[in-house]
Amino acid sequence: MSAAARFVRYNAGLILAIALFAVIYGTYAVLHPNWGLNVVLQNANESLALIFVGMAQTMAVLVGGLDLSVGPLMTLTNCFGSIVMAGSGGSVLAGVVGALALGAAAGFMNGCVIVYGRIQPIIATLATGAIYLGCALILRPTPGGAVNGDIAWAFTNDLNELGLTFGWWEDLGPIGLLPMQALFLAAVIGLVWFPFRATVLGRGCYAVGSNEQAAYMSGLNVNRSKIAAFTLGGFFAGCAGVYLTLQMGSGNADAPQAAEYTLRSIAAVVIGGTSLFGGTGGVVGTIFGALVLRSITFIFRVIPAGAALSFVADPLLQPLFEGLILLLAVSLGAARVLRVKNRLSLFT
Amino acid sequence: MSLTPAPLLEMRGISKSYGGVKALTDVDFVARRGEIHAVLGENGAGKSTLIKIAAGVVTPDTGTLAVDGAPRAFASPQEATGAGIVCMFQELSLLPDLSVADNIFITSPPRTRLGLIDRRAQRRRAEELLARVGCEDIDPATRIRDLPLSRRQMVEIAKAVGRDPALLILDEATSALTAADVEKVYTILHKLRADGLALLYISHRMHEIEALADTLSVFRNGRRVDTFAKGAHSDDAIVQMMIGREFANVYPAKPKRAAPPPPVLQADRLTFSPGLNGVSLTVGKGEIVGIGGLDGQGQRELLLALFGVLAGVGGTVKIDGTARRIGSPADAKRPEIGMALIPEDRKTEGLMLPMSVAENITAASLGAVTKGVVIDRAGEADNVGRMVKEMQIKVGDLAAPVATLSGGNQQKVVIAKWLLTKPKIILLNDPTRGIDVGTKEEIYALLRRLADEGAAVVLYTTDYAELIGCCDRVLVMYEGRVTAELTGEAITETNIVSAALNLAAETAA
Repeated sequence: MSAAARFVRYNAGLILAIALFAVIYGTYAVLHPNWGLNVVLQNANESLALIFVGMAQTMAVLVGGLDLSVGPLMTLTNCFGSIVMAGSGGSVLAGVVGALALGAAAGFMNGCVIVYGRIQPIIATLATGAIYLGCALILRPTPGGAVNGDIAWAFTNDLNELGLTFGWWEDLGPIGLLPMQALFLAAVIGLVWFPFRATVLGRGCYAVGSNEQAAYMSGLNVNRSKIAAFTLGGFFAGCAGVYLTLQMGSGNADAPQAAEYTLRSIAAVVIGGTSLFGGTGGVVGTIFGALVLRSITFIFRVIPAGAALSFVADPLLQPLFEGLILLLAVSLGAARVLRVKNRLSLFT
Repeated sequence: MSLTPAPLLEMRGISKSYGGVKALTDVDFVARRGEIHAVLGENGAGKSTLIKIAAGVVTPDTGTLAVDGAPRAFASPQEATGAGIVCMFQELSLLPDLSVADNIFITSPPRTRLGLIDRRAQRRRAEELLARVGCEDIDPATRIRDLPLSRRQMVEIAKAVGRDPALLILDEATSALTAADVEKVYTILHKLRADGLALLYISHRMHEIEALADTLSVFRNGRRVDTFAKGAHSDDAIVQMMIGREFANVYPAKPKRAAPPPPVLQADRLTFSPGLNGVSLTVGKGEIVGIGGLDGQGQRELLLALFGVLAGVGGTVKIDGTARRIGSPADAKRPEIGMALIPEDRKTEGLMLPMSVAENITAASLGAVTKGVVIDRAGEADNVGRMVKEMQIKVGDLAAPVATLSGGNQQKVVIAKWLLTKPKIILLNDPTRGIDVGTKEEIYALLRRLADEGAAVVLYTTDYAELIGCCDRVLVMYEGRVTAELTGEAITETNIVSAALNLAAETAA
C-alpha cells in the first residue's frame, strides 16, 4: 500500500467529514444573498464553542466512554469567567487562566471518579455534570456579568480589529482578515493536542480505547492515560466556556443549553470519524464534525421562502432534524457490527 | 564475586489458588541465563499461572520470587518489564488500531529533546527490529488490524525483543506462524540464547521443543513433576509424566453396541475462520461423543458453529438425515432440530444471574407454556417443580435469584433449562468446570441416562478422565481438524494425549 493510499484509508472519517463540510457550507455560501467575510466571522463565532465541546467529548470517546459533563462544564467555566473577567486586562487574563484551570481540574476529577471509583464514564459524568451545573447556578443564579466590551469585541473578530481596538496595528493586509476563532483553534491544536498525541500518555489513550486488556498487558499505565484523557477533555470544555464568555460578554447557568451542547458534541465526534468503540479518530475530525452540524443549521436559514423544501427551515423542527442526523451518524459508526462473525461478541 | 552466579529467575514455594481450585502448589522453579527452558504440561497443569506470576500479571498466595538473587514482588506487568522480564502471551497483546511501530514501542518510544515521541526515529528503529526478526516485508506504518495473524505474531516477537529483556517468556508463540517464520523464530531464539538471555518456552509441539529447548520442566496438577536436560527422557516417558494420575471410578457403565446407532447429527467439513478447518462428525442416537484435544484447537468454535452462533460457517449440517441451516440459537431450538447447548461459562452465557431460579429454568421453553401471549404461570410452576425434583437441585426459595445457588446447583439449573426444551441433540461445553465432585457424578449419570433415552450427546471437556469415563467415542482435535477418532478400549489417556499433541503426524513429518 502506498503512503497516500494508506493516509486516505486510515483517515477516511476525517476526509469524509471535510468533504461533507465543504459541500454543505459551499451550498450555504452560494444560497446566501450576500455571503462574505462578515458572514464567515459570524459563522465562526457561532461554531467555536461547539467545536471545543466536541473536542472535549472526543477525549472521552477515544478511551471508550462518553462524557455527559462537557456541556455543564462549559457552562460552569462560562459563569466563572463572567465573574472574574469583568474588569481590566489583568482580570481578563486571570479569568481566562482560571477558567481553563477550572475546566482541567473538573476533568481531572471526572477521570479520578471513573478510574478509582470504577464507575462507567457515562454514569460518573452524569453525576458530575449535575454537580458542575449546580456550581454554575451558585455562581450565577441569574444571567449576568459584563466583560469589558472592547476586549470581547477584539477577540471575537478578525486580526485587524484586534490591532485597531488596542492601537497595535492598522492594517495587516490579507493576514489581518484571519478570524480570531481560527487562531484560537490553531493555537489549542498546535500547542496542546499535537504535543499531547506525541506523548506516551496520549498514545496510551488510543491504546486503552483500542483494547484495554492488551494495553494493560503491554505494561502501559492504563489509569494514568484515562485520567489524562478526561483532564484534557475538561481543559477543552474550559476553552469552550472561555470563548462563550468572550462571545456573550456574560455568563448564564443555562441547563437546556448545557444539555444541547452535550448532545451535539456526541454527534460532532461521530461525524468527525472517531469510533464510539474508542481507539481511532481524534479531535481534528471533530472540528469538522462540529462544523458540519453548524453548517446544517446555517443552511436552513437561507432556504428561500416558498421553495419546495422551505418547511424544513421551521425552527420548531430543528431538534427533530438534529436527532435524525445524530442517529444516522451513529448508525454509520456502528456499521462494523455487520462484520462480526461470532455473534456472542455482539453482546459484550 | 561468587563463582556460580544466582539464576536470573528463581521462584521458591509458589502457591496460588483461584477460589477453591489450586492452580499451583508449592512450586520451585529456576530459569538461567543462556538457556532455553521448555515448560510442558496438560491443560490446567499450572503453566499459565506460573508465567503469569513471573510476568507480574498474577500475585502468588505464598512463595518468593528473586531476579538475579534479589527478592522481588511484582504488582503489575510494568514492574516485571522493568526488571527485564518480558512475556509474549498467547492472546496477542497488540493494539489493533495502532500502527506496527507504535505497538513495538508502546511503552518506551524514542523521544525528542522536548520529551515527545520521535516518530521518525521510532519508524527507523521499528524497521531495524523487524529486520532483526527477519520481517523486512512488514511496513511499520501499517495498522495491526490490517495484518494477518501470522504477521501479527512476528510483530509481537519484534516488540518483545525490542524491550531488551533479560528473561523472555514465549507462551505458544508460534501457534499461528507459517513454517518459514517458525525457522526465523528459531534463529532469533538461538541468537538470544547466545547473547545470554534466559528463555522460557511454552509449546505443545514436541518437535519444537526438540529443536529448541536445553532444559525441560513437566508440570502436572499444579506441581512441578521434574526438570531434566533435553534427551534425558523419551517422548513416551514425558507423556507418562504429564498424565501420571489415578482416577476414581465415578462413571456409569457404557453400553455395548453391536452396530453403530442411526445418525442424528451429521456435520460435514465445517469451516470457520479462525478455528475450524474442515471438521466432520457424526453422532448417533443414544451416543455420547467426546471432543478432546488441547485448549483452543477449535472445539469451542465447533459447538458454537453447530448451535448457530457463528456467522459465515462453511460446510453442511444434517439433522436426522435432512440438511438444515441453523442461523441462530433460536433456530437450533426449533422442534425439527431440537438442539441444546450447555455453554462454557454459566455466569455469562448460561444464566440470567439476577433473575429467579424458576425464571431461569423456564427461560428456554416459555413458548411451550403460554396461553396466547401470556405466560401460563401454573404450567410454568409445574415444569419448574418437575425439573427441580428430577435434577435434585438444592434450592430453598424458587423465587430467589439464581446467583444465590452454589456453582454445582447453578449448573444444574442451566441443564434443566435446556432439558425442558426436550432436546434430541445436547451439546455441552466443559460442563463440570469448577463444580464439586458430587455434582459431577450426578451430571455423568444424567448424561448417560439422557443418551439411553435416545439423545445424541456431544461433550467437550478439558478433563481427559471425563472423556475416558463418559464417552462412547472420542474425537481429538488439533489445529481446527479432527486428527484422531478413538473408540471403546482405544480411549486411553496415553492415546488421547499423544493425539492431542499430534505426535503421530509430527513424527512422520
